[in-house]
Amino acid sequence: MEAIGRFWMRRLGVGSHAKLPRGQDETPSPQGTSPTRFLPGWDARVAVSAIVVLLALLPVLLDSPFWMNVMVTAGAYAAAAIGLNILTGYTGQVSLGHAAFLTIGGYAAGYFGASQGWPLVLWLGMAAVCGAIVGGVVGPFALRVKGDYLVVVSLALLFVTSHVVKNWKSVTGGHDGLSISKAPLAIGPIDFGDLRLFGMEFSREEGLFYLAWLLVGIFAVIARNIMRSRPGRALQAVRDRDTAAEVLGVSSARYKIAAFVLSSAMAATAGGVIAVAQRFLTPNEPLAELFISIQFVAIIVVGGVATIYGSVVGAVLLVALPEVIKEYTHWFDFQVPFFGRPLVSSSGLDQGLFTPGSFSNLLFGLLLVGFLLLWPRGIAGWMQSLRALLRQMSLSR
Amino acid sequence: MRDFFESLQQKALGWKTSRRDASSQGQDTRPLLHDTLVYALWTIGTLVAVLLIASMADGGDGREKFLQLLVGGIALGSIYALLSFGFVIVYKATGVFNLAQGGFVLLGTYLAYQFYTDWGWMFELALAAAVIAMAAIGAGIERAVMRKTLTKPTFTAIMVTLAILIVIEQVTRSIWNSPGLVLAAPWGTGRIQPGGVTIRFLDFWTVGFTFGLLGAFFLFFRYTRIGLGMRATAFDREVASAQGVRVGLSFALSWAIAAAVATVAGVLLTSRSGGALTPAIGFVALRAFPAMILGGLDSAGGAVAGGVIIGVAEVMVQGYVDVDWLGESFETVVPYLVMLPILLWRPSGLFGTRAVERV
Repeated sequence: MEAIGRFWMRRLGVGSHAKLPRGQDETPSPQGTSPTRFLPGWDARVAVSAIVVLLALLPVLLDSPFWMNVMVTAGAYAAAAIGLNILTGYTGQVSLGHAAFLTIGGYAAGYFGASQGWPLVLWLGMAAVCGAIVGGVVGPFALRVKGDYLVVVSLALLFVTSHVVKNWKSVTGGHDGLSISKAPLAIGPIDFGDLRLFGMEFSREEGLFYLAWLLVGIFAVIARNIMRSRPGRALQAVRDRDTAAEVLGVSSARYKIAAFVLSSAMAATAGGVIAVAQRFLTPNEPLAELFISIQFVAIIVVGGVATIYGSVVGAVLLVALPEVIKEYTHWFDFQVPFFGRPLVSSSGLDQGLFTPGSFSNLLFGLLLVGFLLLWPRGIAGWMQSLRALLRQMSLSR
Repeated sequence: MRDFFESLQQKALGWKTSRRDASSQGQDTRPLLHDTLVYALWTIGTLVAVLLIASMADGGDGREKFLQLLVGGIALGSIYALLSFGFVIVYKATGVFNLAQGGFVLLGTYLAYQFYTDWGWMFELALAAAVIAMAAIGAGIERAVMRKTLTKPTFTAIMVTLAILIVIEQVTRSIWNSPGLVLAAPWGTGRIQPGGVTIRFLDFWTVGFTFGLLGAFFLFFRYTRIGLGMRATAFDREVASAQGVRVGLSFALSWAIAAAVATVAGVLLTSRSGGALTPAIGFVALRAFPAMILGGLDSAGGAVAGGVIIGVAEVMVQGYVDVDWLGESFETVVPYLVMLPILLWRPSGLFGTRAVERV
């Protein structure tokens, strides 16, 4: 297992392995596990295998096109959230422009995949490249502009992207939108649009589900390996105090731009998958884009800032939340005492106090405040304290 | 020309260092007139530059059009100025970058609608009631939520303001959810036409109201005990607290002021667009961010100058630039496009304090 991990890390050019001779950076960490080993410890191996098996069986277990679609979106959001976590969680650059990269990736997928008819690997790759290029353009701003000012620069990205998408009609279709259902979904013999494995046939949603979660797996491995090696520690040094990092010989310029490029490439790739799942793209208003960006921030905060699995957990929870509210509206349609109207109802404008959509937005806001103030480390923090508790109990016995 | 601007900057920075200098014994060495002059010169310089560009773009008889647009730009700019003033007050007092300002605009305007159109109060009374209610809400939010973020990292504070924005927005939308609401303020109808330029009374009201309010606040911060306490809090929270300034009151007041000016800005803005009230009005705060950033996050005068500059630039582009490939409603991105190069040139805005970092 370790050898496979090392092989792929070298292949991906990830970590210091690419340069250092074998075994040089295997300094044992306090827990006794090597910091750069692929899947350290038996617990991680069991957990990851269990999750992989569960995900592989999920289409069979769920057997519902609707929830399959939700899980496709959740997977794509998880992939993009891993990107945002690299940028915000590990490198400390707060960005509200993440939704713009998803849009860019979506339209790149639509243009190269549907309009030009390129194969899956190429159009998904082009989505990543387009995202990386824009990220590389935005990144240098973070060198000059810091903190609160950077947040507003990232807002500028939302506005400009939305404007370009609305007006570059030959590529994006403008307000008429862009159909992307024709984009090919095959890698060699494996066609995610019409998947046949082990004598079983899978629908388009189920194929896309595997594609999205394959992406999550790849991104998680890339991100985890970066963060557990030299570049990752450099990124965290830049986050904690960039001037000090610079003094210690870390080029904060290089690492900030690299974080932007990597994060936006991941977001754009995920955006391509979301676009394919939606089949049709129309331009968003900047305000709507801002809400999507906030959703991503909520995902990494709820899941746990600066943890990879936190992004995935947060994405699944927060993508499923609005759908649960939409599907099970009747759980929430009790009368609110003072207003004399049901809390949530989708039928008619004057019926419910909230529509399902606005109610889930409200919950996002409340979740964000609650987690930031009460549990700033998110669900990952819960897991940590749970683990500490377990360890304490086993010691005391 | 360059030397001129550099000397201006040096002078502007000069008083800042002397103000932060311990040897000045707490005396305010900053001459009010000088400051005002610096901000005014920057604004006028920008306007002249705009004039030059405009006269080149428009062959000859564009004087009236230009003046017309200038009036509109200054009116829009003073609304931005009000909003960014609200940002700056909060930023200076609490160090929090308040993204919830758009929510205040939204809720305040809808409250004014409720009092004026729905309940039929007198307009002045309705506006005053909305302003007071919003001030109370702003102070309440500060006390209940934001006070808890004071000891937390900046990231937490920013994200909490975002969450507040979402909550306010959704609550407002759910309370006033019928389309086609109208807030017909009674100050928009008359107009005068000196020299072929139409000036609506509304424009007078907007500019007058804005600068009246801002002037009142400047006096408040200069001459009243509470105002001085707020400035002391902005300067150094702990020292101010040790000197007996009620720091908590300063925090709450800064949020109250932000919410109050946001309400006024929202009502003025609604009148400009003919009284039609939609939730999209919260959106305008997003366009006022560049104004505040342009002036510098911690400079109230800079916020006003930035607001006017951005407003004029936006209206001028709307009036003059007619290039096909830039696309329709290009003016919505103009504030950000003006902001970006200036930020690259001066990362702390035109008048902001340059950050000195300790390692």
